[in-house]
Amino acid sequence: MAIVEHTDSTGISGDDGVRRRDFINIAAVSFAGVGAVAVVLPLIDQMNPSADVLALASTEVDLSAIQPGQAIKTTFRSQPLFVRQLTEKEIAEADKVDASTLRDPQTLEERTVDGKKQWLVTMGVCTHLGCVPLGAGEGENKGEYGGYFCPCHGSSYDTAARIRKGPAPKNLEVPKFSFTSDTAILVG
Amino acid sequence: MSFPWAEQYTPKNPVMVWIDEKLPLPRLAYNAVGAGYPVPRNLNYFWNFGVLAGLALMIQIVTGVIMAMHYGANDLVAFSTVEQTMRDVNAGWLMRYAHANGASFFFIVVYLHIFRGLYFGSYKAPREMVWLLGLVIFLLMMATAFMGYVLPWGQMSYWGAKVITGLFGAIPVVGEPIQTWLLGGFAPGNASLNRFFSLHFLLPFVIAGVIILHIWALHIPGSSNPTGVEVKGPQDTVPFHPYYTAKDGFGAGVFLIAFCALLFFAPNFLGHPDNYIEANPLSTPAHIVPEWYFWPFYAILRAFTVDFFFVPAKLLGVLAMFASILLLFFLPWLDTSPVRSGKYRPTFNKFFWILVIDVLILGWLGGAPAEEPFVMMSQVAAAYYFAHFLIILPLISRFEKPLPLPGSITEAVLAKYGKTDGATVAVPAE
Amino acid sequence: MVRIGAFLVGLFFAGWLFISFLIGAVAYVSEPPVPTVEKAFHELPKHVAYSFDGPLGHYDKQQLQRGFQVFKEVCSACHSLKFVAFRDLEALGYNEAEVKAIAKQWAIKTPSVDPATGEASTREPVPSDYFPKPFANNVAAAAANNNAIPPDLSLMTKARHHGSAYVYSLLTGYQAQPAELLKKFPDAKTPEGLHYNPYFANLNLAMAPPLSADGQVTYGPGQPKPTVDQMAQDVAAFLTWTAEPKLENRHRAGLATLIFLLIATGLAYMSYQNIWADKKKAA
Repeated sequence: MAIVEHTDSTGISGDDGVRRRDFINIAAVSFAGVGAVAVVLPLIDQMNPSADVLALASTEVDLSAIQPGQAIKTTFRSQPLFVRQLTEKEIAEADKVDASTLRDPQTLEERTVDGKKQWLVTMGVCTHLGCVPLGAGEGENKGEYGGYFCPCHGSSYDTAARIRKGPAPKNLEVPKFSFTSDTAILVG
Repeated sequence: MSFPWAEQYTPKNPVMVWIDEKLPLPRLAYNAVGAGYPVPRNLNYFWNFGVLAGLALMIQIVTGVIMAMHYGANDLVAFSTVEQTMRDVNAGWLMRYAHANGASFFFIVVYLHIFRGLYFGSYKAPREMVWLLGLVIFLLMMATAFMGYVLPWGQMSYWGAKVITGLFGAIPVVGEPIQTWLLGGFAPGNASLNRFFSLHFLLPFVIAGVIILHIWALHIPGSSNPTGVEVKGPQDTVPFHPYYTAKDGFGAGVFLIAFCALLFFAPNFLGHPDNYIEANPLSTPAHIVPEWYFWPFYAILRAFTVDFFFVPAKLLGVLAMFASILLLFFLPWLDTSPVRSGKYRPTFNKFFWILVIDVLILGWLGGAPAEEPFVMMSQVAAAYYFAHFLIILPLISRFEKPLPLPGSITEAVLAKYGKTDGATVAVPAE
Repeated sequence: MVRIGAFLVGLFFAGWLFISFLIGAVAYVSEPPVPTVEKAFHELPKHVAYSFDGPLGHYDKQQLQRGFQVFKEVCSACHSLKFVAFRDLEALGYNEAEVKAIAKQWAIKTPSVDPATGEASTREPVPSDYFPKPFANNVAAAAANNNAIPPDLSLMTKARHHGSAYVYSLLTGYQAQPAELLKKFPDAKTPEGLHYNPYFANLNLAMAPPLSADGQVTYGPGQPKPTVDQMAQDVAAFLTWTAEPKLENRHRAGLATLIFLLIATGLAYMSYQNIWADKKKAA
């Protein structure tokens, strides 16, 4: 709507009607402004994730085929998700480290579900700049701490996927997940 | 530009002074649609439609850019991405319906704008260039609307594309190669869809560019007015702002009420159900019709049923359809009457209203099935259309005796309210 | 020059159109067009009153659920619903668990890939899946249905004039071919394998009457009796929802927008009036 200026160039003053008239002009312009803002809201909202994208916001993962020491790569919210079954040795290695000395202090317990410590579920997204770290696939470079290694800028993660060396600031993110049965988890 | 008594832009705020020195854009706006543009004081509501057409273009560009964010220009997914937008994208249904109905409202407003120009003689000297540029905008709009209608890739999209490009196939010798070239194939397909999408995105910005020229050309002589008498002095004009911005604000409100009533409560009223069926090259809809705003021209196209010696009827129809629009470019030189406004032209007035009814009838016939008696009726209606512009109008302007014109715009305004003293007139110039 | 040229062009177009009209008129009088059987016997859809009619209309969730049940038990064996996902059913009043169960128990499975062998296989649908299609492709659909491909129903009520009424009328409109029709148009006898229905555009369609007996679908307690008429109404309502799932949002948003615009336009009018009134005083 056109903008109506409430000050009139022809100038009228001392008239009883002035205040009421000014009020109407101001009200009309304000209404146009409110309308314009109200129109902008859906224009912005349309860029948010659509319903079909949100519907894929949770992923079910079958764990039955993953042997100790193995990991699988799957997708969660269109990003890689690593699911690893740790060996006794890997768990011991992770527990050996004093968490308080780490860049992002967290213990393996804090990063796994109670009583299912061997199931390490993390995003496969390096916390540095978002590359996919190596280590989930058979025979891939696991880096010097035996977990994951990001080839982009050399970040090394340990067996609990905690950052140990390189530029990444945080541990690999653990998404929200829960066990739906002994051999299946629901992520998201 | 325009009149010597136009108010001058004098910025007081130091920031505005600084900007005005470096880039006088605020000055340009002030002189174009602000207090610096003196406008005849007697414009009626028909003069709202120019601004409203600009508003409609803005709605189309905003909603169109958004539709493009969710659209897949590929014949395999085009239909379903549009459906996806309607169902899953936040406010997607609103964007899609606003864009589809916005096209209709753009045409409604532009048709009323053209009606105003035809009745009040706005196309006459010294405003021929405004008229010609307006027709260029109209042609660009038609091309844009046609290509946009193809994009959802429904049955009407597909068969519309096939029929309209088939018009070029009517041209002797080079016609079929041209049709194949336009489509990038032997029938509408992925190549056609992609180029139509690209051009559909481009053309609105070209339209916006030509609109700037249209407004520029308008500001040289200044706006016309319902009496057709030129502005004689400062008493005949008011500054565009706030007088006409206020009036256009009200006009925009009424426009939006009508637009939203349709958009929210009957969004498919102007569309065709067949376009909710995905394009199927193996099955033609029972009754192919373009969108309503093309119906008068479609009726003219179909009115030619008899070959003229070696010229096939199909080619005649195509030529006549293009001629029906192109003849408007010659209008300033076909109507030579020195009187602009239809109000003061008794004979013109009668034929003009016959033309309006004739075009409405053509519109109705363009949407009707191609069978008798509709074809016969469209032949008579189309014949009048050509006769009106090419034969009757030049003759009227030669022999008509116009009514006496008011001495000035101010005189006409005062006469209308039966007042002789301007100081006591307290009614808007309607 | 322009006017002479225009006169000649105008004379040509107008004259030739007039001659074409005369030729057409003579033909029209000497050989009047023959009425077609479709023209004479095709009927417009019957009127049904629905809760979603009118500018303030909204869906009746109970009715949509009944309609969904009819779709599930009757239509879905042949017709796809490809633009609707199981998750969308929450709009019908089902909760998340119920939607999940509906997807899991759906008779047609979602195409998938066997993770071990990579061969084509199927899996149970999940809520984010779209309704699986009953036939793998059009060839299979045509082969199984006497060469007629059952159309997708997602948009059916928007793809026909008076869509909701059309679906209802078609489902309840099967009948024997009227004797009068055969008397007037002896060649128009319904071909073998087709079924006469005056609400269908060319009067004979391949789909056998899908709703043939009252009680064909068993409605839950507290619902109306599942007569053919009731089932047809319900499934037409369901298909109206599948075609226009945002109808209620649209009506609500439209009402608010119009109220706002009426006030804003009223103010704009008053503002316009008083700006012009001042001008007149100063003049």
